[in-house]
Formats: sequence, C-alpha cells, structure tokens
Amino acid sequence: MVRFAPLLPEIILAIGGLVLMMLAAFTGRRGAGMVGWLAIALLMAATVALIGAPSHAGPLFEGMVSADLFASFGKAIIFPSAAVAIIASHGWFERDNEHPAEYSVLIVFAAVGMAVMVSATNLMSLYVGLELNSLAGYVLASYQRRDERSAEAGLKYFVLGALASGILLYGISLLYGFTGTLSFNGVAAAFGREAPSLGMLFGLVFVLAGLAFKASAVPFHMWTPDVYEGAPTPVTTFFASAPKVAAVLMATRFCVEGLGPATDAWRQIVIFAALASIFLGAIAAYGQTNIKRLLAYSSINNVGFAMVGLAAGGAQGASAVLFYMAVYVVMTIGAFLCVLWMRDAEGNPVESIASLSGLAQTRPALAGAFAIFMFSLAGIPPLFGFWPKLLVFTAALQAGYVALAVAGFIGAVIGAYYYLKIVKVMYMDEPAQPYARVHHPLQGALIFLTAVLVSPLGYLLIGPLGSWTAQAAGSLF
Amino acid sequence: MTGVPWLTILIAVPLLAGALCLFASANVARWIALLATLVCLEIGIDLWLMFNPDGPQWQFVEHVALGGGFNWSLGIDGIALMLIVLTLFLMPICIGASWRSIEKRVPEYMAAFMLMEALMIGAFAAQDLFLFYIFFEGGLIPMFLIIGIWGGAERIKASYKFFLYTFFGSVLMLVAMIYMVSVAQTTSIPALMAYDFAPRAQTWLFLAFFASFAVKLPMWPVHTWLPDAHVQAPTAGSVILAGVLLKLGGYGFIRFSLPMFPEGSAQFIPFMFVLSGVAVVYTSLVALVQSDMKKLIAYSSVAHMAFVSFGLFAMNRQGLEGAMLVMLGHGLVSGALFLCVGVIYDRLHTREIGRYGGLADNMPGYALLFMVFTMASVGLPGTSNFVGEFLALVGTYHASSWAAVVATTGIILGAAYMLWLYWRICFGTQRNADAAAMPDLNAREWWLLAPIAAAVFWMGIYPESFLRPMRNDIGRLTARLEHVAPAGDSRLKLGRGAIHSDGHDHGATH
Repeated sequence: MVRFAPLLPEIILAIGGLVLMMLAAFTGRRGAGMVGWLAIALLMAATVALIGAPSHAGPLFEGMVSADLFASFGKAIIFPSAAVAIIASHGWFERDNEHPAEYSVLIVFAAVGMAVMVSATNLMSLYVGLELNSLAGYVLASYQRRDERSAEAGLKYFVLGALASGILLYGISLLYGFTGTLSFNGVAAAFGREAPSLGMLFGLVFVLAGLAFKASAVPFHMWTPDVYEGAPTPVTTFFASAPKVAAVLMATRFCVEGLGPATDAWRQIVIFAALASIFLGAIAAYGQTNIKRLLAYSSINNVGFAMVGLAAGGAQGASAVLFYMAVYVVMTIGAFLCVLWMRDAEGNPVESIASLSGLAQTRPALAGAFAIFMFSLAGIPPLFGFWPKLLVFTAALQAGYVALAVAGFIGAVIGAYYYLKIVKVMYMDEPAQPYARVHHPLQGALIFLTAVLVSPLGYLLIGPLGSWTAQAAGSLF
Repeated sequence: MTGVPWLTILIAVPLLAGALCLFASANVARWIALLATLVCLEIGIDLWLMFNPDGPQWQFVEHVALGGGFNWSLGIDGIALMLIVLTLFLMPICIGASWRSIEKRVPEYMAAFMLMEALMIGAFAAQDLFLFYIFFEGGLIPMFLIIGIWGGAERIKASYKFFLYTFFGSVLMLVAMIYMVSVAQTTSIPALMAYDFAPRAQTWLFLAFFASFAVKLPMWPVHTWLPDAHVQAPTAGSVILAGVLLKLGGYGFIRFSLPMFPEGSAQFIPFMFVLSGVAVVYTSLVALVQSDMKKLIAYSSVAHMAFVSFGLFAMNRQGLEGAMLVMLGHGLVSGALFLCVGVIYDRLHTREIGRYGGLADNMPGYALLFMVFTMASVGLPGTSNFVGEFLALVGTYHASSWAAVVATTGIILGAAYMLWLYWRICFGTQRNADAAAMPDLNAREWWLLAPIAAAVFWMGIYPESFLRPMRNDIGRLTARLEHVAPAGDSRLKLGRGAIHSDGHDHGATH
C-alpha cells in the first residue's frame, strides 16, 4: 500500500502549482498579484504540512525518497525562503511589462524540485529533483528577457548547468555500473564491502563535482557571479537562498548516507572545496564594484564554511551544516532585500557599491540593517552569523582537523575586509545621490525581521534551533 | 549577595540608552548618554561597596543556560570589579569630552559609545568562554565606526588597521577556545581556570591566546595599529581605547593565560620579558622623537603596558598586583592626557607640538592639571602610577634582576619624553599668537579633568582601596602559579655573618 500522507507538502505544491499555471495562463497580467499571493499561500501551507508524517515516516517508495526530519528541516527553510522570493518580486517585473504571473509558478515548481532534492535517497530521484529545480532556475535567470544581462545570465546558467548535470549523470552511471544499485544504502553497502574500485571512485568524484556546481563551491563556482549579477534581483535573492540550502543538504545526505563507508575518499575533496571556496570567495570579492557580484562571492565563501562542517563528518558536523545553512539563509535574504531597495531617483534599480555611499546619513535604517547583515555574514560577534561559524569549526576541531580550522579562520579574517568595505562606504563616505523610497511595508517588515534574527537577539534561538538541527542530523545516522 | 541581576542591568542600561539615542535629536542624545553613563557609574560604585573582599571568589553571579552550549553567565571577582569600575568611571568623562567637539551625527556617536560600554562591561563580567569572546570581539564594531566616522584625516586606514589586526589576533584565540572546550567539556571560565591542560597543549594554547591579547595590550612588535588608531580617533575614542580596550589585553592575560596555562606561561617568561623589554626601551625612544602629541602619548601607552606584561609574567604577588595597578593607573592617566590633548586641539585644531608653547601663561589651570597628569605618567610618588610601577618592578626584580634593570630604564626615558613634552607645551616662550590667545579651561573641562586628578591622587596615596578587593584573587592566582613561578636570581637572604660561615656563601647580596 503506497502511502501519500508523508508526501503531502510536495503534493500540495505540485498540484497547486499546476492549477496556478492554468490560472496564470488564463488571467494573464491581471491575475499576477493573485497568483503570487496564492503561491505564497501554497508554500506556507506546504510548510505547515511538514508537521507530522512528512517528518517521521521514513523511507518511501522502495527507498526512492525518505520523509525524515533532515528532509523536513531543509524544507522548512526552503519553502519560506521561496515565499520570500515571491514577495521580493512585488513591484519588480511590472516596471518592464514582463509577465509577472509565471514567476511565482516557476518558484513553486523549483520548490518542489528542491523538496525532492533534500529528501532523495536514491540517485535517480536526486537527479530528477535537481533537474526540476534547475529547469525552473534557468527560466527564472533569464526572466527579464528584454534585458541583455538577464538573457545572458540565463543562457550561461543553462549551458554550465547542463554540463554539470551531464557530469553528475555520468558519475551516477558509473556508480550504477560498478555497484549495481542507485539507492544510497546500496551504494554505501557496496563501498563498505570492498575497497572502492577505480570506477567507483570516478563515479564518486563526478557526482560530487555535479553537486558542487549546484552549491557553487570552488572549482565549480564560475557561473555564480555572472548569473547573480545578470539575473533580476528577486531571482538572485532566490538563487542565493533556497537552492543553495537544497544543494548543500543534498550533498550532506549523499556523503553521509550514500558514501559513509567511503568517507576517507570524499573527505579530502570536501576539504579542498571548502578551503578553496573560503579563500577564493574572500579574495575575489576585493575588486568588485557591483553589490550583487560581491554577494555572489560572499555566498561562495559561505558555502565553503558550511562544507567545513561536512568535512568534519559525524552527526555533529552535519548538525553544524544545518545550523549554518539556516542562519546563512536569513542573512543572505536580508542582504538581498536591502539590495532590492537600492533605487535611483526614478525608481530604477542600481547595483554599484559606490551608490551606497553615505547611506547611513540619507537612509539610516536601511544602512543599519545592511551593516548588520554585512557584519553577520563576516561572522563577527555579537551578531548571530558568528555562532554557526563557531559550530562548524568546533565540529572540525573535534574531528581533529586543527589545520583546517585555523586556515578557515584566516580565510574569515581576509573575507572580513570586503564586508567592512561596504560598511565603510555606507557609514564613512560622503552621501551620494539619495535612493528613492520604496513603499513596500511587507518587504520592509521582512528586512526588519531578518535583521532582528541575526542581531544578538538571535542567540536566544540557539537552544531550540540547536536541538532541532541535532535531531535532524541524527536522522541521517 | 542579592538576587538583583546587577551585571545584566549594567549591560542593559547602556544598550537601551544607545537604542534611544538613535531616535533622539543631537542634544537629547547627549543628555541620554550622559544620564545613562552616570546611572551606570552609580551602579558600579554600589557594586564596589557591596563587593565582599573576603567573600567567595565570584560574586554577583548570574547563570542562564540558553541551550546549545551557550550560557548567559556573568560574575565578577575583584580584578574584574576594578576594571569595570574604571570603565564606568571613564565613560561619563568620554561623553562630556565629546559634548562640543562632536557636531556631526551625534545620536549615532552616542549610540556607538553606549554599545561600547555595554560590550566592555560584558567582556569583564563574562563567565562563559564564548560569551567572553562575543563581548571581546563585539567591541571592535563600535570602535571601528567611532574611528572611521568621527576620526581625523587618515581615519579609514586607521580603522581598517585596527579592526583587521585585532580580529586576526582573536580568531586564533577562538580556535584555542574551541579546543579547550572540547577537551575540558565545559565553557565555564571558573572551571577552566582550575582545569589542568596537558603541558604540551598548553604551549599552543598559550600562543593562540597570546596572539589575541598581545595585539590588544599591545606588545611590541604588534603594537603598530595603536598609534594610528589613537591619532585618528576622536578624543573620547582615544580615552576609551587607552583606558579600557588596552586593559582587555592585560585582563586576558591575568584571567586566561596565567591561570589556565600556568606551565605554558612559565615556558614563555623569557620571551615575554624580552618583548616587554624591547617595548619599554624602543617605544620610549620612539615617543621621544614624536612631533604629534597624540602619537607621543600613544607610544608612551605601549611602554607603560610593557610594565603590565613584566609584572604579570613575574608571577609573584607584587608583580601581579603591580600590573593590575598599572592598568588602573594608566587607564586614568593616559585617558586624562588624551583629554588634555583634546582640550588644546579643540582650540587650535592641531596636534603639532611645535605650534604650542608657553601655555602656562594664558592657561594656568590647564598647565596645573596637565602637570599633575604628566607627573603621574612619569610615576611620581603620590600618584597612581608610582604605586603600580614600583610594585611591578619589585615583582620583576624577584623574577629576574636583568629584566628589572631594563624595565627601570623605562621610568627614566618616560620622565624624559613626558617632561620634555610638558616643557615644550606649557613653558618656554609663546611662539604663536593664536596659541597664546587660547582661553583657559572652562567649567566643563574642569569637570572632566578634576575627577580624574582626584582619582589619581587617591590611588597614589591610599592604594589599599583598590588593592583590597583584588587581594584574595591575586592570592589565588599566585597559589595556582606557585609551582611554575620563576625562582629568580635575586632572592635576598640574610647571611649568618663571616664568623659563623661554614664555607658556603649564603649571603650573595648585592
């Protein structure tokens, strides 16, 4: 008997998304607002539906997916951040006579894909989820089709994404060929039985490379700055938050469940990717003049820190990864919402860092929020961004990786420079042309909420969030 | 002991006041900040009076577990108490010093100072390792903004240098902290102070903490951020930097490095003495040739803090008590000296020593107070610094007579640069008409400087008030360090005289 109750969130989103697509097709531009709100309602309903069976049912469909606490933790981050990405688009696409209705629908489908990604326990369902998310992502990146940069971003994302998918698929086929199974447990059993053959190792490396592309970890990060810069800002907000979480969580589950016995084989890859991401993200951001490009490097940098927790291994490491991603999403959404509010006098979006000059005097509240996000992304206490960094490095140190932790911290200091630069531009430079006011109370409330969450008040959440991540990570082992 | 969470109140009051300041007009923000700092000072004095020197080591203890291994736990011993009182005492003076000289973005300025005060108190009062780190590091943010927004011409470079230098130092400490917590399975500072780490690990742990505290203190050769930061910071920023932030370095050594890693510390005594010795001589010489007043006092700070590191690593009672008193005395005196610079800077807008001269004629009140602080900085008996420096030197002498010889040259050199500075500014002929036309101290400036002068004399004449709360804590620390403390080459013993000599030389007294 096939049970569908554990899949309730995905079912809500998939069927609701199809209905919304029809609605969008028939109402056109007039119905855009309604479709957007309905999509938000769907995502919220799916989040609520996570309570109960979807969090505890265990393996489903012969082990294709698993409805466990780990997956529902990921979904509890992914669905709300997808909803925020819809809110972020309010008032954005209307300016250019684009079709705003389908945007929300695409986000909903991407959310379904991500939900499958985080709950996949089989390489085939992993691939299907990833492709569902990616296809929606390619369209979203080029959503402002009259804007050359957006079209370029979409094309670039598509070409490189297709390449990465190919690599991933190739790796999956190698693993299947050498182990005879696609399920994570089967792969793990095969790795446990014997010393991994060359083919299995190749498969492992290729799969990890494909996943690293999705998480934009070095050396598969090249698309990130271009796509983040070119894509419309609400889309960038989305790319930097939910898909990133999905990719990192998916990689975590695959490494732990599927490659557990081969930990020694993948750990060095993850350590390299982590350190390379931290340092490249920190150094390459120096010369940037575009705020979205800079935040792209910041996201590469942050994925590196999350992967330090993965490299540490064990339940503690996985729990640290979950904690890190949860806080990272809040910081990054807040930062991008601030970017969204950077508008020149005519209300057109501006992206240059120089235009932030003297923001603290023209728009003190916005500058204050932005500064909080910058300090938090840099991991400077007393802001909350410090705590997840502490957790991942604790995990690394307890696993005996002292050099990794020291190198990571040095990377954090190097990275601190460019976050400080933003603060410096906002607070210490002379005011430039003031931004036009954006009248959008909901986005303002979200900026406020995210700023409060990463402020020192966030430390009050350590207890509940910590025990939740510990349980979620525990469900993998 | 009372059930009132005094320390939390002490942290919360400035935080709330800072938040209020942001929404107030410039003048209201000034009054809010002054009021809040005075309230805090009042609470601080109460704490001092309520503190029982013979009571338990940790008093006013608060502990709330927030889950996930994070605890809001506060508590102070005598050492922390005195440093908190110093912070609280200097804060209203800083606000007063900024009353007229800061004109742009006053609400933000006051908010930054309030945040600073809260974080500093938190750092001194924290009893949880990570809580300490959060407060310790958090202090960088307001100071970064204070230097960067309200500083002088080179303020941007100075603020970056300050931030990145100290941040780099402290991340290494953080790695060590994580290691300690995973080994000892506790984040409680009192528990860690009694925990015996493996001697081999202690070496590395000491070095990691050293990276942070040596930058903060600052010790030669990682002191180079300090002159830049001081020169560029606004007057009140310099006062807080010299008066409180540097003390965090010394506090770190006395709270963490010495009790937690006694073997590790003992291993590095010669190293610390060499660095401190170089600092005393080298930075004093550098101070001699400065033409910028603030830079001169900044370098003198480095030299004075070297007495602290000398005293601390002598590891005996005199040395430790001396180090604490030097920290308190230097906090007052260098703060006051920066205020003195600020007073004439506000009038002439230059820190060039050569632009002044003969101020004793037109500013007699200023010359008097400046004289008091100059003498205190030199270490004249009867002032605060004399007691501290004397004790620190005695302690050092017990540990190593050669170190004491080098350290003592600092007193001579200190007298040279400070007296010369005073002579060039207050005596001699009046070279510039505008300097000669400057009015004497006004009432506000008297209110800023006179309380510090009173405290300087109090500490110089009756240091017992300041030593009493710390005595038992220093005693506990000395007991903990006893087995590693250096034997010294100068233990004076009374000989039995030539007649009773049995061939051994008992009385090698020099």
